[in-house]
Amino acid sequence: MLDILSLEFMQNAIWASLLVSLVCGIVGSLVVVNRMVFLAGGVAHTAYGGVGIAIFFGLPVMITTIGFTLLASLGIATATVNRKFKTDTVIGIFWATGMALGIILMDLSPGYRVDLMSYLFGSILSVPGIDIWLMLAVDIVILGLVLLFYKNFLAISFDQEFARTRGVPVAGLYFLLMAMIAISVVMIIRLVGLILVIALLTIPPYLAQRKAKSLGKMMLLSVLWSIFFCLVGLFIAYQFNLTSGATIVGTGSVCLSLMLGWDQFKKINSTSRVQYR
Amino acid sequence: MSEMQNREKIIQLQGVNFFYGNNPVLEGVDLEVSRGEFIAVLGPNGGGKTTLIKLILGLLYPNSGKVSIFGREPKRVVHRIGYLPQHIEIKEDIPVTVLEIVLMGLVRSGKFGWFYSNKDRELAFNALEKVEMKKYSNCNITSLSGGQKQRVYIARALVSNPDLLVLDEPTSNIDPQGKFCFYEFLTSLSNSETILVVSHDLSITSAGIDSLGCLNKKLLYNPEPKLTQEMFELLYGVHRHTCPITRHGPYPEFILPT
Repeated sequence: MLDILSLEFMQNAIWASLLVSLVCGIVGSLVVVNRMVFLAGGVAHTAYGGVGIAIFFGLPVMITTIGFTLLASLGIATATVNRKFKTDTVIGIFWATGMALGIILMDLSPGYRVDLMSYLFGSILSVPGIDIWLMLAVDIVILGLVLLFYKNFLAISFDQEFARTRGVPVAGLYFLLMAMIAISVVMIIRLVGLILVIALLTIPPYLAQRKAKSLGKMMLLSVLWSIFFCLVGLFIAYQFNLTSGATIVGTGSVCLSLMLGWDQFKKINSTSRVQYR
Repeated sequence: MSEMQNREKIIQLQGVNFFYGNNPVLEGVDLEVSRGEFIAVLGPNGGGKTTLIKLILGLLYPNSGKVSIFGREPKRVVHRIGYLPQHIEIKEDIPVTVLEIVLMGLVRSGKFGWFYSNKDRELAFNALEKVEMKKYSNCNITSLSGGQKQRVYIARALVSNPDLLVLDEPTSNIDPQGKFCFYEFLTSLSNSETILVVSHDLSITSAGIDSLGCLNKKLLYNPEPKLTQEMFELLYGVHRHTCPITRHGPYPEFILPT
């Protein structure tokens, strides 16, 4: 098994897993506590429009997709920040329009269609070295922003109205969070594809939230859970020749089910002990 | 009471009108609250109480008229105001300790970073001690009772040593026993703070208030803690003796108009 670690594509895949896990844990925690999961899903599917633009015009895919997704997420943020429009409707419109744009541009682009599947379901085993450096840069930026605005993010996550009375720029931080979600989503798409992005943004933070006593610890635990799912999922996918993205998410789902089952078992066990007394 | 009226004016509203669209919420509201005054503003649901608070906090601007807090625009002095919201939209399921919640009262625009200084933590512990919740500082908020949670939110409002305390429906989530304990606590605070409480609950008047306001689009003010006939009619639209509330409610007789 250790032989595979000498292969460059596997080394890149492991590095990508570690770097993506950092954003999954940090940004995913903010997504979960602020109840923005559906919004993150909308951003992820909108990103496909950026992939289509990159392939159609022959531009670098990652940078073009980040740019397009950033613009789209800021558009969603503008429409939803004051809840002037129905949030779920706006997200649905962007979701569908982004996907449609990406598919149409793919149809019009000459060449192989393998890229279509790799962006839908992930292609962690084909991450080039240059993308690893880009992921590292994104990690540093996101980590820096969260450390700088941690107190403010915590305040608006817990009680937005009170934060507003303290002069915290709630709208500005909402836009910043949307931008961070956009960038994170593009990184995660590389691993598990846009169909399964929501899983990595929600399963690790949900598991972490059950044990963490603070948002900071939730982020840390979430990162660790994400690393665990990515590395174990990668190994299983390699051993059994499965799609790596789906296997990573499958690993997470199995762990979640086991933990929920264990908690339920403990609950039933303690209830029956009380009854017998 | 004249001594109170001669003190520095903390809150000044002059001819304030506010509309949501074409719907008038506040009409020609005048109000002056002096330093050290403990005022309760009563009003029915939809009477404009929360709008009044948002104007005082600078979250809204009047369509006409003027709002001054400490003689300045409200937005410029938010750091001197402690606020207890109705906490309807608080997400209590996020992992956060009682201490962290109180420390949120020190968050301000322009203050960055992820850790709090020893001085900030000391302020937070002092605020928790004031509300007798220091031993719960490391607990999760969801493990506390309604009354205990309210004390934590009060500590959050007090942690920055504000000059003005504004409370929005502070007893809406507390049982009757807890309510009167809370009123006793407010009475003890009123010795050192200027306090404005808005509520629809007449029992707030047993909290040792100095003056009373009634708000139902228009505001009537009494420098004594008594409901005048006009105030009663503004609140309930009926004469006191025909209103079922006065026949059945546990309200102190001395505050009701004769």
